[in-house]
Amino acid sequence: MTTVTEAPPLAPTPVEEPRRPRRRGRHVPYWLLLPGILWLLVFFALPMVYQASTSVQTGSLEEGYKVTWHFATYWDALSEYWPQFLRSVLYAGVATVLCLLLGYPLAYLIAFRAGRWRNVILVLVIAPFFTSFLIRTLAWKTILADGGPVVGALSTLHVLDVTSWLGITAGERVLATPLAVVCGLTYNFLPFMILPLYTSLERIDGRLHEAAGDLYAKPFTAFRKVTFPLSMPGVVSGTLLTFIPASGDYVNADLLGSTDTRMVGNVIQTQFLRILDYPTAAALSFILMAAILVMVTLYIRKSGTEDLV
Amino acid sequence: MSLGSFGRSIRRNLVVIAGLLTLAYLLLPNIVVTVFSFNDPKGRFNYEWQKFSTDAWTDPCGVADLCGSLALSLQIAAWATLGATVLGTMIAFALVRYRFRARGAVNSLIFMPMAMPEVVMAASLLTLFLNMGTPLGFWTILIAHIMFCLSFVVTAVKARVMSMDPRLEQAAQDLYAGPFQTFIRVTLPIAAPGIAAGALLAFALSFDDFIITNFNAGSTVTFPMFVWGSAQRGTPVQINVIGTAMFLVAVLCVLAGMMVGRRSRQKA
Repeated sequence: MTTVTEAPPLAPTPVEEPRRPRRRGRHVPYWLLLPGILWLLVFFALPMVYQASTSVQTGSLEEGYKVTWHFATYWDALSEYWPQFLRSVLYAGVATVLCLLLGYPLAYLIAFRAGRWRNVILVLVIAPFFTSFLIRTLAWKTILADGGPVVGALSTLHVLDVTSWLGITAGERVLATPLAVVCGLTYNFLPFMILPLYTSLERIDGRLHEAAGDLYAKPFTAFRKVTFPLSMPGVVSGTLLTFIPASGDYVNADLLGSTDTRMVGNVIQTQFLRILDYPTAAALSFILMAAILVMVTLYIRKSGTEDLV
Repeated sequence: MSLGSFGRSIRRNLVVIAGLLTLAYLLLPNIVVTVFSFNDPKGRFNYEWQKFSTDAWTDPCGVADLCGSLALSLQIAAWATLGATVLGTMIAFALVRYRFRARGAVNSLIFMPMAMPEVVMAASLLTLFLNMGTPLGFWTILIAHIMFCLSFVVTAVKARVMSMDPRLEQAAQDLYAGPFQTFIRVTLPIAAPGIAAGALLAFALSFDDFIITNFNAGSTVTFPMFVWGSAQRGTPVQINVIGTAMFLVAVLCVLAGMMVGRRSRQKA
Protein backbone atom coordinates (compact mmCIF):
# COMPACT_ATOMS: atom_id res chain seq x y z
CA MET A 1 0.00 0.00 0.00
CA THR A 2 1.98 2.96 -1.18
CA THR A 3 0.06 6.05 -2.05
CA VAL A 4 0.95 9.54 -3.07
CA THR A 5 -0.67 10.99 0.00
CA GLU A 6 1.45 8.85 2.25
CA ALA A 7 3.79 10.85 4.43
CA PRO A 8 7.57 10.24 4.40
CA PRO A 9 9.76 8.26 4.60
CA LEU A 10 9.87 7.99 0.83
CA ALA A 11 13.14 7.73 -1.02
CA PRO A 12 14.43 11.22 -1.90
CA THR A 13 13.87 11.89 -5.58
CA PRO A 14 16.39 13.81 -7.63
CA VAL A 15 13.72 16.16 -8.90
CA GLU A 16 13.10 19.07 -6.56
CA GLU A 17 9.55 18.65 -5.42
CA PRO A 18 7.34 21.35 -4.02
CA ARG A 19 7.84 21.15 -0.30
CA ARG A 20 4.82 22.82 1.17
CA PRO A 21 2.06 20.29 0.63
CA ARG A 22 4.12 17.53 2.10
CA ARG A 23 5.02 19.43 5.22
CA ARG A 24 1.40 20.42 5.64
CA GLY A 25 0.44 16.78 5.03
CA ARG A 26 2.47 15.64 7.99
CA HIS A 27 -0.16 16.91 10.41
CA VAL A 28 -3.17 15.66 8.48
CA PRO A 29 -3.40 12.19 10.08
CA TYR A 30 -3.30 13.68 13.57
CA TRP A 31 -6.12 16.10 12.78
CA LEU A 32 -8.14 13.24 11.28
CA LEU A 33 -7.59 11.11 14.35
CA LEU A 34 -8.01 13.79 16.98
CA PRO A 35 -11.81 14.00 17.49
CA GLY A 36 -12.54 10.28 17.36
CA ILE A 37 -9.57 9.23 19.44
CA LEU A 38 -10.31 11.95 21.98
CA TRP A 39 -13.88 10.61 22.21
CA LEU A 40 -12.62 7.09 22.87
CA LEU A 41 -10.03 8.29 25.37
CA VAL A 42 -12.51 10.36 27.37
CA PHE A 43 -15.54 8.05 27.19
CA PHE A 44 -13.89 4.63 26.96
CA ALA A 45 -10.37 4.70 28.44
CA LEU A 46 -10.87 7.33 31.15
CA PRO A 47 -13.98 5.55 32.53
CA MET A 48 -11.82 2.44 33.00
CA VAL A 49 -9.55 4.52 35.25
CA TYR A 50 -12.54 5.88 37.14
CA GLN A 51 -13.90 2.38 37.52
CA ALA A 52 -10.61 1.15 38.92
CA SER A 53 -10.57 4.08 41.31
CA THR A 54 -14.19 3.53 42.38
CA SER A 55 -13.45 -0.10 43.14
CA VAL A 56 -10.94 0.85 45.86
CA GLN A 57 -13.08 3.55 47.43
CA THR A 58 -15.01 3.31 50.67
CA GLY A 59 -17.81 5.44 52.00
CA SER A 60 -21.54 5.73 51.58
CA LEU A 61 -23.96 7.41 49.23
CA GLU A 62 -24.79 10.11 51.78
CA GLU A 63 -21.26 10.98 52.88
CA GLY A 64 -19.59 10.43 49.53
CA TYR A 65 -16.81 8.03 48.56
CA LYS A 66 -13.06 8.39 49.06
CA VAL A 67 -10.16 6.43 47.62
CA THR A 68 -8.83 4.41 50.56
CA TRP A 69 -7.10 1.67 48.55
CA HIS A 70 -9.53 -0.75 50.07
CA PHE A 71 -8.55 -3.83 48.04
CA ALA A 72 -10.57 -6.06 50.35
CA THR A 73 -13.59 -5.15 48.19
CA TYR A 74 -12.16 -7.40 45.49
CA TRP A 75 -11.73 -10.30 47.90
CA ASP A 76 -15.22 -9.83 49.33
CA ALA A 77 -16.78 -9.55 45.88
CA LEU A 78 -15.03 -12.68 44.66
CA SER A 79 -15.81 -14.76 47.72
CA GLU A 80 -19.45 -13.75 47.64
CA TYR A 81 -20.10 -13.89 43.90
CA TRP A 82 -17.79 -16.64 42.60
CA PRO A 83 -20.78 -18.86 41.75
CA GLN A 84 -22.12 -16.18 39.40
CA PHE A 85 -18.68 -15.77 37.84
CA LEU A 86 -18.36 -19.49 37.30
CA ARG A 87 -21.88 -19.65 35.87
CA SER A 88 -21.11 -16.82 33.42
CA VAL A 89 -18.04 -18.60 32.08
CA LEU A 90 -19.88 -21.92 31.95
CA TYR A 91 -23.07 -20.64 30.26
CA ALA A 92 -21.14 -18.46 27.81
CA GLY A 93 -18.78 -21.36 27.05
CA VAL A 94 -21.59 -23.84 26.41
CA ALA A 95 -23.48 -21.27 24.32
CA THR A 96 -20.34 -20.63 22.26
CA VAL A 97 -19.82 -24.34 21.57
CA LEU A 98 -23.50 -24.70 20.64
CA CYS A 99 -23.26 -21.67 18.35
CA LEU A 100 -20.27 -23.25 16.61
CA LEU A 101 -22.05 -26.61 16.21
CA LEU A 102 -25.27 -25.01 14.96
CA GLY A 103 -23.70 -22.17 13.00
CA TYR A 104 -21.08 -24.13 11.06
CA PRO A 105 -23.53 -26.16 8.93
CA LEU A 106 -25.49 -23.02 8.08
CA ALA A 107 -22.36 -21.02 7.20
CA TYR A 108 -21.19 -23.99 5.09
CA LEU A 109 -24.57 -24.18 3.41
CA ILE A 110 -24.50 -20.47 2.51
CA ALA A 111 -20.91 -20.58 1.28
CA PHE A 112 -20.96 -23.76 -0.83
CA ARG A 113 -24.42 -25.22 -1.28
CA ALA A 114 -26.92 -22.37 -1.49
CA GLY A 115 -26.35 -21.38 -5.13
CA ARG A 116 -28.73 -18.61 -6.12
CA TRP A 117 -30.38 -18.77 -2.68
CA ARG A 118 -27.19 -17.48 -1.08
CA ASN A 119 -28.25 -13.83 -0.75
CA VAL A 120 -31.74 -14.76 0.43
CA ILE A 121 -30.38 -16.95 3.22
CA LEU A 122 -27.84 -14.29 4.17
CA VAL A 123 -30.64 -11.74 4.48
CA LEU A 124 -32.62 -14.21 6.60
CA VAL A 125 -29.63 -14.64 8.94
CA ILE A 126 -29.29 -10.88 9.41
CA ALA A 127 -33.03 -10.11 9.35
CA PRO A 128 -33.79 -11.04 13.00
CA PHE A 129 -31.45 -8.20 14.01
CA PHE A 130 -34.05 -5.75 12.75
CA THR A 131 -36.46 -6.69 15.51
CA SER A 132 -35.30 -5.54 18.92
CA PHE A 133 -33.44 -8.43 20.59
CA LEU A 134 -35.42 -7.90 23.80
CA ILE A 135 -38.69 -8.60 21.96
CA ARG A 136 -37.18 -11.70 20.38
CA THR A 137 -35.86 -12.90 23.73
CA LEU A 138 -39.33 -12.43 25.22
CA ALA A 139 -40.67 -14.62 22.40
CA TRP A 140 -38.68 -17.51 23.91
CA LYS A 141 -40.93 -17.21 26.95
CA THR A 142 -43.81 -18.20 24.68
CA ILE A 143 -41.87 -20.91 22.85
CA LEU A 144 -40.64 -22.57 26.04
CA ALA A 145 -43.85 -21.95 28.01
CA ASP A 146 -44.93 -24.55 30.56
CA GLY A 147 -47.20 -27.11 28.92
CA GLY A 148 -46.46 -25.65 25.48
CA PRO A 149 -45.71 -27.79 22.41
CA VAL A 150 -41.91 -27.65 22.83
CA VAL A 151 -41.95 -28.65 26.48
CA GLY A 152 -44.63 -31.25 25.72
CA ALA A 153 -42.54 -32.82 22.96
CA LEU A 154 -39.39 -32.85 25.08
CA SER A 155 -41.35 -34.44 27.89
CA THR A 156 -42.85 -37.16 25.66
CA LEU A 157 -39.42 -37.96 24.27
CA HIS A 158 -38.13 -38.23 27.87
CA VAL A 159 -35.53 -35.56 27.12
CA LEU A 160 -36.66 -33.63 30.18
CA ASP A 161 -36.01 -36.67 32.38
CA VAL A 162 -32.38 -36.65 31.25
CA THR A 163 -31.95 -32.88 31.52
CA SER A 164 -33.58 -32.83 34.95
CA TRP A 165 -31.23 -35.58 36.06
CA LEU A 166 -28.35 -33.43 34.76
CA GLY A 167 -29.75 -30.53 36.75
CA ILE A 168 -30.26 -28.16 33.81
CA THR A 169 -34.06 -28.29 33.89
CA ALA A 170 -36.49 -28.67 36.78
CA GLY A 171 -39.24 -31.28 36.45
CA GLU A 172 -41.68 -30.38 33.68
CA ARG A 173 -40.33 -26.86 33.30
CA VAL A 174 -37.80 -25.42 30.89
CA LEU A 175 -38.37 -21.73 31.62
CA ALA A 176 -36.45 -20.37 34.60
CA THR A 177 -33.80 -23.08 34.23
CA PRO A 178 -30.18 -23.04 33.00
CA LEU A 179 -31.33 -24.73 29.77
CA ALA A 180 -33.58 -21.77 28.92
CA VAL A 181 -30.80 -19.26 29.61
CA VAL A 182 -28.25 -21.15 27.49
CA CYS A 183 -30.85 -21.55 24.75
CA GLY A 184 -31.47 -17.79 24.78
CA LEU A 185 -27.76 -16.96 24.80
CA THR A 186 -27.12 -19.36 21.90
CA TYR A 187 -29.99 -17.86 19.94
CA ASN A 188 -28.97 -14.25 20.57
CA PHE A 189 -25.33 -14.60 19.54
CA LEU A 190 -25.66 -17.17 16.75
CA PRO A 191 -25.43 -14.60 13.90
CA PHE A 192 -22.13 -13.36 15.36
CA MET A 193 -20.80 -16.88 14.85
CA ILE A 194 -22.34 -17.50 11.43
CA LEU A 195 -21.16 -14.32 9.70
CA PRO A 196 -17.40 -14.63 10.42
CA LEU A 197 -17.58 -18.36 9.63
CA TYR A 198 -19.26 -17.60 6.32
CA THR A 199 -16.70 -14.91 5.47
CA SER A 200 -13.75 -17.25 5.96
CA LEU A 201 -15.46 -20.24 4.27
CA GLU A 202 -16.39 -18.13 1.26
CA ARG A 203 -12.73 -17.23 0.70
CA ILE A 204 -11.71 -20.87 0.30
CA ASP A 205 -10.83 -21.77 -3.26
CA GLY A 206 -13.31 -24.38 -4.48
CA ARG A 207 -10.55 -26.13 -6.44
CA LEU A 208 -9.02 -27.22 -3.14
CA HIS A 209 -12.07 -29.46 -2.56
CA GLU A 210 -11.67 -30.93 -6.03
CA ALA A 211 -7.98 -31.48 -5.44
CA ALA A 212 -8.75 -33.29 -2.17
CA GLY A 213 -11.30 -35.44 -4.00
CA ASP A 214 -8.85 -36.17 -6.82
CA LEU A 215 -6.40 -37.37 -4.21
CA TYR A 216 -9.00 -39.90 -2.99
CA ALA A 217 -9.96 -38.02 0.19
CA LYS A 218 -13.45 -38.94 1.32
CA PRO A 219 -15.74 -35.89 1.75
CA PHE A 220 -15.36 -35.95 5.52
CA THR A 221 -11.58 -36.32 5.33
CA ALA A 222 -11.46 -33.44 2.87
CA PHE A 223 -13.48 -31.36 5.30
CA ARG A 224 -11.30 -32.30 8.27
CA LYS A 225 -7.98 -31.80 6.50
CA VAL A 226 -8.75 -28.94 4.10
CA THR A 227 -11.92 -26.96 4.75
CA PHE A 228 -11.94 -26.81 8.54
CA PRO A 229 -8.28 -25.75 8.97
CA LEU A 230 -8.79 -23.03 6.35
CA SER A 231 -11.85 -21.74 8.18
CA MET A 232 -9.96 -21.35 11.47
CA PRO A 233 -9.84 -17.51 11.31
CA GLY A 234 -13.64 -17.53 11.16
CA VAL A 235 -13.86 -20.04 14.01
CA VAL A 236 -11.57 -17.91 16.18
CA SER A 237 -13.29 -14.59 15.58
CA GLY A 238 -16.73 -16.22 15.73
CA THR A 239 -16.06 -17.80 19.11
CA LEU A 240 -14.70 -14.50 20.44
CA LEU A 241 -17.64 -12.50 19.11
CA THR A 242 -19.97 -15.01 20.81
CA PHE A 243 -18.18 -15.67 24.08
CA ILE A 244 -17.31 -12.09 25.02
CA PRO A 245 -20.81 -10.58 24.85
CA ALA A 246 -22.39 -13.76 26.24
CA SER A 247 -20.18 -13.73 29.34
CA GLY A 248 -21.28 -10.21 30.24
CA ASP A 249 -24.94 -10.61 29.30
CA TYR A 250 -27.65 -10.28 31.89
CA VAL A 251 -30.73 -9.98 29.69
CA ASN A 252 -31.20 -13.70 28.98
CA ALA A 253 -30.53 -14.73 32.58
CA ASP A 254 -33.04 -12.12 33.76
CA LEU A 255 -35.84 -12.77 31.26
CA LEU A 256 -35.52 -16.54 30.82
CA GLY A 257 -33.85 -17.59 34.08
CA SER A 258 -34.45 -17.47 37.79
CA THR A 259 -32.48 -16.41 40.86
CA ASP A 260 -30.53 -19.67 40.50
CA THR A 261 -29.29 -18.75 37.04
CA ARG A 262 -27.95 -15.27 37.81
CA MET A 263 -24.75 -14.43 35.96
CA VAL A 264 -22.10 -11.90 36.85
CA GLY A 265 -23.76 -9.31 34.60
CA ASN A 266 -26.92 -9.55 36.70
CA VAL A 267 -24.89 -8.93 39.87
CA ILE A 268 -23.12 -5.90 38.37
CA GLN A 269 -26.41 -4.48 37.13
CA THR A 270 -28.19 -4.94 40.47
CA GLN A 271 -25.28 -3.61 42.51
CA PHE A 272 -24.95 -0.55 40.30
CA LEU A 273 -28.56 0.35 39.59
CA ARG A 274 -30.57 -0.99 42.53
CA ILE A 275 -28.37 -1.53 45.59
CA LEU A 276 -26.09 1.39 44.63
CA ASP A 277 -23.03 -0.32 46.08
CA TYR A 278 -20.65 1.28 43.60
CA PRO A 279 -17.29 -0.06 44.89
CA THR A 280 -18.46 -3.70 44.80
CA ALA A 281 -20.05 -3.23 41.37
CA ALA A 282 -16.91 -1.56 40.00
CA ALA A 283 -14.70 -4.30 41.45
CA LEU A 284 -16.86 -7.03 39.87
CA SER A 285 -16.83 -5.26 36.52
CA PHE A 286 -13.05 -4.84 36.75
CA ILE A 287 -12.57 -8.55 37.52
CA LEU A 288 -14.79 -9.49 34.57
CA MET A 289 -12.80 -7.21 32.26
CA ALA A 290 -9.46 -8.62 33.45
CA ALA A 291 -10.70 -12.20 33.16
CA ILE A 292 -11.94 -11.62 29.60
CA LEU A 293 -8.71 -9.91 28.56
CA VAL A 294 -6.57 -12.76 29.94
CA MET A 295 -8.77 -15.45 28.38
CA VAL A 296 -8.93 -13.71 24.99
CA THR A 297 -5.16 -13.10 24.90
CA LEU A 298 -4.39 -16.73 25.76
CA TYR A 299 -6.95 -17.98 23.25
CA ILE A 300 -5.68 -15.80 20.40
CA ARG A 301 -2.07 -16.77 21.16
CA LYS A 302 -2.98 -20.46 21.27
CA SER A 303 -4.93 -20.37 18.03
CA GLY A 304 -2.18 -18.40 16.36
CA THR A 305 -4.32 -15.86 14.53
CA GLU A 306 -3.45 -12.37 15.61
CA ASP A 307 -4.72 -10.40 12.66
CA LEU A 308 -8.30 -10.08 13.82
CA VAL A 309 -8.46 -6.32 13.80
CA MET B 1 -22.40 -47.83 -6.95
CA SER B 2 -25.89 -46.37 -6.67
CA LEU B 3 -25.88 -47.25 -2.97
CA GLY B 4 -22.64 -45.34 -2.53
CA SER B 5 -23.90 -42.28 -4.35
CA PHE B 6 -27.14 -42.48 -2.38
CA GLY B 7 -25.17 -42.54 0.88
CA ARG B 8 -23.05 -39.66 -0.28
CA SER B 9 -26.05 -37.59 -1.25
CA ILE B 10 -27.57 -38.24 2.18
CA ARG B 11 -24.33 -37.16 3.79
CA ARG B 12 -24.20 -34.07 1.62
CA ASN B 13 -27.79 -33.20 2.32
CA LEU B 14 -27.13 -33.69 6.02
CA VAL B 15 -25.23 -30.39 5.95
CA VAL B 16 -28.14 -28.73 4.15
CA ILE B 17 -30.69 -30.16 6.58
CA ALA B 18 -28.64 -29.14 9.61
CA GLY B 19 -28.16 -25.66 8.16
CA LEU B 20 -31.86 -25.22 7.46
CA LEU B 21 -32.70 -26.38 11.01
CA THR B 22 -30.37 -23.70 12.37
CA LEU B 23 -32.06 -21.16 10.13
CA ALA B 24 -35.42 -22.24 11.52
CA TYR B 25 -34.08 -21.82 15.07
CA LEU B 26 -32.97 -18.30 14.13
CA LEU B 27 -36.30 -17.34 12.60
CA LEU B 28 -38.69 -19.05 15.03
CA PRO B 29 -38.81 -16.13 17.52
CA ASN B 30 -39.59 -13.70 14.70
CA ILE B 31 -42.48 -15.90 13.60
CA VAL B 32 -43.75 -16.02 17.18
CA VAL B 33 -43.46 -12.22 17.49
CA THR B 34 -45.46 -11.79 14.29
CA VAL B 35 -48.16 -14.30 15.20
CA PHE B 36 -48.57 -12.85 18.68
CA SER B 37 -49.00 -9.34 17.27
CA PHE B 38 -52.50 -10.59 16.32
CA ASN B 39 -53.23 -11.91 19.79
CA ASP B 40 -55.86 -10.67 22.20
CA PRO B 41 -54.29 -11.63 25.54
CA LYS B 42 -56.35 -12.07 28.69
CA GLY B 43 -53.99 -10.71 31.31
CA ARG B 44 -51.21 -8.14 31.18
CA PHE B 45 -48.74 -10.50 29.51
CA ASN B 46 -48.79 -11.50 25.88
CA TYR B 47 -47.19 -14.95 26.27
CA GLU B 48 -50.20 -17.24 25.72
CA TRP B 49 -52.35 -17.45 22.61
CA GLN B 50 -55.98 -16.45 23.24
CA LYS B 51 -57.77 -15.33 20.10
CA PHE B 52 -57.19 -13.51 16.82
CA SER B 53 -57.47 -9.74 16.85
CA THR B 54 -56.18 -6.82 14.83
CA ASP B 55 -56.73 -4.29 17.63
CA ALA B 56 -53.03 -3.68 18.21
CA TRP B 57 -52.34 -3.15 14.51
CA THR B 58 -55.06 -0.52 14.17
CA ASP B 59 -53.86 1.28 17.29
CA PRO B 60 -50.06 0.86 17.49
CA CYS B 61 -49.59 3.89 19.75
CA GLY B 62 -52.41 2.87 22.09
CA VAL B 63 -50.04 2.23 24.98
CA ALA B 64 -48.79 5.17 27.01
CA ASP B 65 -45.17 6.19 26.33
CA LEU B 66 -44.59 3.47 23.71
CA CYS B 67 -44.41 5.66 20.61
CA GLY B 68 -42.62 8.40 22.56
CA SER B 69 -39.86 5.95 23.44
CA LEU B 70 -39.73 4.77 19.84
CA ALA B 71 -39.32 8.34 18.58
CA LEU B 72 -36.58 8.97 21.14
CA SER B 73 -34.72 5.82 20.07
CA LEU B 74 -34.91 6.83 16.40
CA GLN B 75 -33.67 10.31 17.26
CA ILE B 76 -30.74 9.03 19.33
CA ALA B 77 -29.87 6.46 16.67
CA ALA B 78 -29.84 9.15 13.97
CA TRP B 79 -27.51 11.47 15.90
CA ALA B 80 -25.30 8.62 17.07
CA THR B 81 -25.01 7.36 13.49
CA LEU B 82 -24.03 10.80 12.26
CA GLY B 83 -21.44 11.31 15.00
CA ALA B 84 -19.93 7.85 14.82
CA THR B 85 -19.84 7.83 11.00
CA VAL B 86 -18.05 11.18 10.71
CA LEU B 87 -15.51 10.45 13.46
CA GLY B 88 -15.05 6.82 12.39
CA THR B 89 -14.54 7.64 8.72
CA MET B 90 -11.87 10.20 9.61
CA ILE B 91 -10.02 7.64 11.74
CA ALA B 92 -10.31 4.98 9.04
CA PHE B 93 -8.77 7.30 6.42
CA ALA B 94 -5.96 8.27 8.76
CA LEU B 95 -5.22 4.60 9.49
CA VAL B 96 -5.14 3.46 5.88
CA ARG B 97 -3.63 6.47 4.15
CA TYR B 98 -0.99 7.77 6.51
CA ARG B 99 1.89 6.54 8.53
CA PHE B 100 2.19 8.11 11.93
CA ARG B 101 3.49 7.44 15.38
CA ALA B 102 1.39 5.53 17.91
CA ARG B 103 -0.35 3.62 15.15
CA GLY B 104 -0.40 0.41 17.20
CA ALA B 105 -1.86 2.24 20.18
CA VAL B 106 -4.60 3.75 18.00
CA ASN B 107 -5.41 0.33 16.56
CA SER B 108 -5.76 -1.22 19.99
CA LEU B 109 -7.87 1.68 21.24
CA ILE B 110 -10.24 1.04 18.31
CA PHE B 111 -10.25 -2.73 18.89
CA MET B 112 -10.79 -2.64 22.66
CA PRO B 113 -14.46 -1.51 22.74
CA MET B 114 -15.36 -4.40 20.44
CA ALA B 115 -13.54 -6.91 22.64
CA MET B 116 -15.15 -5.76 25.87
CA PRO B 117 -18.40 -7.06 27.35
CA GLU B 118 -20.98 -4.30 27.09
CA VAL B 119 -21.69 -4.40 30.80
CA VAL B 120 -18.08 -3.43 31.58
CA MET B 121 -18.21 -0.39 29.27
CA ALA B 122 -21.62 0.52 30.64
CA ALA B 123 -20.55 0.28 34.27
CA SER B 124 -17.28 2.16 33.82
CA LEU B 125 -18.93 4.97 31.86
CA LEU B 126 -21.48 5.29 34.64
CA THR B 127 -18.67 5.67 37.22
CA LEU B 128 -17.27 8.51 35.09
CA PHE B 129 -20.64 10.29 34.94
CA LEU B 130 -21.25 9.72 38.66
CA ASN B 131 -17.84 11.10 39.59
CA MET B 132 -18.30 14.10 37.31
CA GLY B 133 -21.81 14.71 38.59
CA THR B 134 -23.17 14.61 35.01
CA PRO B 135 -26.98 14.37 34.95
CA LEU B 136 -28.03 11.17 33.16
CA GLY B 137 -30.36 11.40 30.18
CA PHE B 138 -30.41 12.09 26.45
CA TRP B 139 -26.85 13.41 26.25
CA THR B 140 -25.22 10.65 28.27
CA ILE B 141 -27.00 8.05 26.11
CA LEU B 142 -25.83 9.80 22.94
CA ILE B 143 -22.23 10.04 24.20
CA ALA B 144 -22.25 6.33 25.05
CA HIS B 145 -23.76 5.30 21.72
CA ILE B 146 -21.25 7.28 19.65
CA MET B 147 -18.47 5.70 21.75
CA PHE B 148 -19.40 2.07 21.10
CA CYS B 149 -20.51 2.56 17.47
CA LEU B 150 -17.26 4.30 16.51
CA SER B 151 -15.10 1.17 16.33
CA PHE B 152 -17.57 -0.66 14.11
CA VAL B 153 -17.66 2.24 11.64
CA VAL B 154 -13.85 2.37 11.57
CA THR B 155 -13.68 -1.36 10.79
CA ALA B 156 -16.27 -1.14 8.00
CA VAL B 157 -14.78 1.94 6.31
CA LYS B 158 -11.19 0.69 6.71
CA ALA B 159 -12.00 -2.53 4.86
CA ARG B 160 -13.34 -0.56 1.90
CA VAL B 161 -10.62 2.10 1.74
CA MET B 162 -7.91 -0.58 1.95
CA SER B 163 -9.24 -2.28 -1.17
CA MET B 164 -9.25 1.00 -3.14
CA ASP B 165 -6.88 1.39 -6.05
CA PRO B 166 -4.62 4.35 -5.15
CA ARG B 167 -3.90 4.91 -8.84
CA LEU B 168 -7.40 6.34 -9.29
CA GLU B 169 -6.51 9.23 -7.05
CA GLN B 170 -3.13 9.63 -8.70
CA ALA B 171 -4.93 9.83 -12.05
CA ALA B 172 -7.24 12.54 -10.70
CA GLN B 173 -4.27 14.53 -9.52
CA ASP B 174 -2.51 14.06 -12.84
CA LEU B 175 -5.60 15.60 -14.40
CA TYR B 176 -5.04 18.70 -12.27
CA ALA B 177 -7.63 17.99 -9.58
CA GLY B 178 -6.69 19.62 -6.29
CA PRO B 179 -6.55 17.52 -3.10
CA PHE B 180 -10.02 18.68 -2.06
CA GLN B 181 -11.53 18.04 -5.49
CA THR B 182 -9.87 14.63 -5.65
CA PHE B 183 -11.34 13.73 -2.29
CA ILE B 184 -14.88 14.87 -3.12
CA ARG B 185 -15.01 13.60 -6.71
CA VAL B 186 -12.97 10.39 -6.50
CA THR B 187 -12.15 9.18 -3.00
CA LEU B 188 -15.50 9.74 -1.31
CA PRO B 189 -17.67 8.09 -4.01
CA ILE B 190 -15.45 5.00 -3.99
CA ALA B 191 -15.45 4.81 -0.18
CA ALA B 192 -19.22 5.43 -0.03
CA PRO B 193 -20.35 1.77 0.21
CA GLY B 194 -18.02 1.23 3.19
CA ILE B 195 -19.25 4.41 4.87
CA ALA B 196 -22.87 3.42 4.20
CA ALA B 197 -22.28 -0.04 5.67
CA GLY B 198 -20.67 1.49 8.74
CA ALA B 199 -23.53 3.97 9.15
CA LEU B 200 -26.17 1.23 8.84
CA LEU B 201 -24.37 -0.89 11.41
CA ALA B 202 -24.10 2.09 13.77
CA PHE B 203 -27.81 2.84 13.39
CA ALA B 204 -28.80 -0.75 14.08
CA LEU B 205 -26.46 -1.04 17.08
CA SER B 206 -27.60 2.24 18.59
CA PHE B 207 -31.30 1.66 18.00
CA ASP B 208 -31.25 -1.80 19.58
CA ASP B 209 -28.80 -1.09 22.38
CA PHE B 210 -30.03 -2.03 25.79
CA ILE B 211 -27.21 -2.75 28.26
CA ILE B 212 -25.21 0.47 27.88
CA THR B 213 -28.40 2.53 27.76
CA ASN B 214 -29.78 0.74 30.83
CA PHE B 215 -26.79 2.00 32.86
CA ASN B 216 -26.52 5.52 31.49
CA ALA B 217 -30.10 6.59 30.75
CA GLY B 218 -31.18 7.73 34.20
CA SER B 219 -34.97 7.96 33.95
CA THR B 220 -35.01 8.47 30.17
CA VAL B 221 -36.88 5.66 28.40
CA THR B 222 -35.71 4.48 24.99
CA PHE B 223 -37.61 1.77 23.09
CA PRO B 224 -35.46 -1.13 24.39
CA MET B 225 -35.81 0.32 27.90
CA PHE B 226 -39.58 0.37 27.41
CA VAL B 227 -39.59 -3.29 26.37
CA TRP B 228 -37.42 -4.20 29.36
CA GLY B 229 -39.78 -2.39 31.70
CA SER B 230 -42.78 -4.05 30.11
CA ALA B 231 -41.28 -7.48 30.80
CA GLN B 232 -41.81 -6.63 34.46
CA ARG B 233 -45.08 -4.68 34.27
CA GLY B 234 -46.88 -6.43 31.44
CA THR B 235 -46.18 -6.76 27.73
CA PRO B 236 -48.63 -4.89 25.47
CA VAL B 237 -49.37 -6.47 22.07
CA GLN B 238 -48.23 -3.21 20.47
CA ILE B 239 -44.61 -4.18 21.20
CA ASN B 240 -45.04 -7.14 18.85
CA VAL B 241 -46.67 -4.90 16.26
CA ILE B 242 -43.68 -2.57 16.27
CA GLY B 243 -41.23 -5.47 16.24
CA THR B 244 -43.00 -7.01 13.24
CA ALA B 245 -43.27 -3.69 11.41
CA MET B 246 -39.56 -3.00 11.91
CA PHE B 247 -38.74 -6.45 10.57
CA LEU B 248 -40.92 -6.00 7.48
CA VAL B 249 -39.62 -2.50 6.70
CA ALA B 250 -36.00 -3.64 7.02
CA VAL B 251 -36.48 -6.75 4.88
CA LEU B 252 -38.27 -4.69 2.21
CA CYS B 253 -35.44 -2.13 2.23
CA VAL B 254 -32.86 -4.88 1.81
CA LEU B 255 -34.81 -6.52 -1.01
CA ALA B 256 -35.30 -3.16 -2.75
CA GLY B 257 -31.58 -2.47 -2.39
CA MET B 258 -30.78 -5.84 -3.94
CA MET B 259 -33.15 -5.19 -6.87
CA VAL B 260 -31.69 -1.75 -7.52
CA GLY B 261 -28.19 -3.22 -7.32
CA ARG B 262 -29.09 -5.96 -9.82
CA ARG B 263 -30.71 -3.50 -12.24
CA SER B 264 -27.79 -1.07 -12.18
CA ARG B 265 -25.43 -4.00 -12.75
CA GLN B 266 -27.48 -5.07 -15.75
CA LYS B 267 -27.32 -1.56 -17.17
CA ALA B 268 -23.58 -1.33 -16.76
